[in-house]
Amino acid sequence: MSNRAINLLVPIVSVILGLVVGAIIMLVSGFSPIAGYSALWNGIFGDLYTIGETIRQITPYILAGLAVAFAFRSGLFNIGVEGQLIVGWFAAAYVGMAVELPKVIHLPLAILAAAVAGGLWGFVPGLLKAKFHVHEVIVTIMMNYIALHTTNALIKTVSDGGDSTEPVFASASLRSEFFENLTDFSRLHYGIFVALLMVMVMWFILDKTTLGFELKAVGFNQNASQYAGMNVNKNIILAMVISGAFAGLGGAMEALGTFEYVSSKGGFTGIGFDGIAVALLGMNTPLGVIFGATLFGSLKYGALNMPNAAGIPIEIVEIVIAVIIFFVASGYIIRLLLLRAATKKEAK
Amino acid sequence: MTKRKFGLGLSLMLAAGTMLTACGSSSDEGSSTSGSSESGGGEASDFSVAMVTDVGGVDDKSFNQSAWEGLQQFGEENGLKKGDGGFDYLQSASDADYNTNLNNLIRRDFDVVFGIGFLMEGAVKEIAEQQKDAQLAIIDAVVDAPNVASVLFKEQEAAYLAGVAAALMTETNKVGFVGGQDIPVIERFEAGFLEGVAAVDNTIEVDVQYTGAFDKAELGKTTANRMYSAGADIVFHAAGGTGNGVFTEAKERKEADPDANIWVIGVDADQYDEGQVGDANVTLTSALKEVDQAVIDIANKAKAGEFPGGETIVYGLAEDGVGLADSRGAIPEDKMAQIEEYKEKIASGEITVPETVE
Repeated sequence: MSNRAINLLVPIVSVILGLVVGAIIMLVSGFSPIAGYSALWNGIFGDLYTIGETIRQITPYILAGLAVAFAFRSGLFNIGVEGQLIVGWFAAAYVGMAVELPKVIHLPLAILAAAVAGGLWGFVPGLLKAKFHVHEVIVTIMMNYIALHTTNALIKTVSDGGDSTEPVFASASLRSEFFENLTDFSRLHYGIFVALLMVMVMWFILDKTTLGFELKAVGFNQNASQYAGMNVNKNIILAMVISGAFAGLGGAMEALGTFEYVSSKGGFTGIGFDGIAVALLGMNTPLGVIFGATLFGSLKYGALNMPNAAGIPIEIVEIVIAVIIFFVASGYIIRLLLLRAATKKEAK
Repeated sequence: MTKRKFGLGLSLMLAAGTMLTACGSSSDEGSSTSGSSESGGGEASDFSVAMVTDVGGVDDKSFNQSAWEGLQQFGEENGLKKGDGGFDYLQSASDADYNTNLNNLIRRDFDVVFGIGFLMEGAVKEIAEQQKDAQLAIIDAVVDAPNVASVLFKEQEAAYLAGVAAALMTETNKVGFVGGQDIPVIERFEAGFLEGVAAVDNTIEVDVQYTGAFDKAELGKTTANRMYSAGADIVFHAAGGTGNGVFTEAKERKEADPDANIWVIGVDADQYDEGQVGDANVTLTSALKEVDQAVIDIANKAKAGEFPGGETIVYGLAEDGVGLADSRGAIPEDKMAQIEEYKEKIASGEITVPETVE
């Protein structure tokens, strides 16, 4: 078996295995896997509405995945994507509702505000890591809580004691009438273009600039980078700021596209944490993140249709989805099995 | 060795494969029978109703569950079946799911679709604008649209009575209030409770704490622990699942010392069962918010062709939409009589309970 064939077989086999185990789980719990999976399929590709909503769900996942992947390539583990996303969400919604400006200025300004807020939230752990060697995992986790409760308090202040802000002005909205008409009122918005643009930006920074080269070098070996004359501290801070900015943009997608407002939250959105899995599934490459986000977003959105069309309880659905993702993520084991099978054949 | 492992893996895959084909045929039958029963349900009745829960889920022992019980009761009374053409619910895993869930139910032609909880305000508003023929209802929030019925409760009135009960029953002159998120609905509980306590005796100290979440029982437990340790003997919670931790703490204290004067006042539903510890019970009473009755009321109106679209319906003490649960003897007769007096004064409008904390 050629290397290429194995590369192609690995994802296919892992998805099939995931589906099989998911089917067994549904069967054991007394539900029809065929009804379940056809509900999942229809929930993702059933009509234009679900396709639009699926893409809408994928959008923030791409940005969250980019944020994790970017930090990872620089040797940093950014667990704070969730918090950076939340502050970005608030910043974009606030700028979107507080002032009314022409669309050409307002929309970029609101998006920029989210990136700045997210970047700032990434700057703090970056600074602490660079100057005092405080581990970024601890700081970013704690920054998540600070983000959650600070934005809740700010929302209360901004909305005069209410629990959500006013909707953003149309001039700051990413919503598109064209997409709405095309997809039967789904919430698909122009944010997907922002996300895809950022994929290219990340690829450009990492592969085409000196900065990217240095960041990757720091990621591989800090001491060697230092010896080669690179400013490791600067690179660590910069990596966290850029990573945070990607996450903040993910928040802007929710603020200006999906919801058009921000409401106080009792807990985390989960997008930032899922972003870790998205990035790792995509091997921390920009293109890989698109695939990881597509898988995550599609499954997550399509799963909503399983209780609706097949009557399967949401708890079982979540287990099935988790199993599918688990098998996809464990592609390494399947690759190992396939390789062994191949060498065995050659030996014979 | 490696050969054997691979053989095992292969046979596992084969076994899984055969199991899948086997289940394929049996599940085909399953889906076809469920399909026929769905159409059968549709023929039996001409009115159907469904609801979307917020992230709390249908088993939150609070208002989502209460609303679902209301729908089930309505279905039973009208001979409806769960599923298309009868009554059903969808659960939301995150805020982003509300629109899709509401849309899915409307597409399945339910006559009235309920959004449960203030968190769904934005989603209900948006869907109402897009699906102008659909009839929607929202609990705990107001959506200004001609095809949406908004349902509010005067939580402060139930909480006022809870405050009166707490003030009459406290021996330490110190009581506690545990809130979930600091949002208008919960503030109404707090305001009513404070007012009720002060109406009886304004020297009683009320320890007010917000936990910031509705689903963190461990936070509720530590908060209650601090309150009881600081000398409070009655704690009123308006914190959904977080409040379950308040019950746990009270029950542990009661178990350690059966003579301890430790009480909890429950919220939304009658939480008597939550407070059972051996032969004793720590539930003093519960501030009821009859979401189930409101849901049935709206469903009945819609069935009769009088769907209150565009209106805001407020359920208070006077409408029997809120109240105090049976204390089952925990509050003595003479004190119950005093509480009853306050209740009548509120119902008649003699006392107006404020919605916000001053």
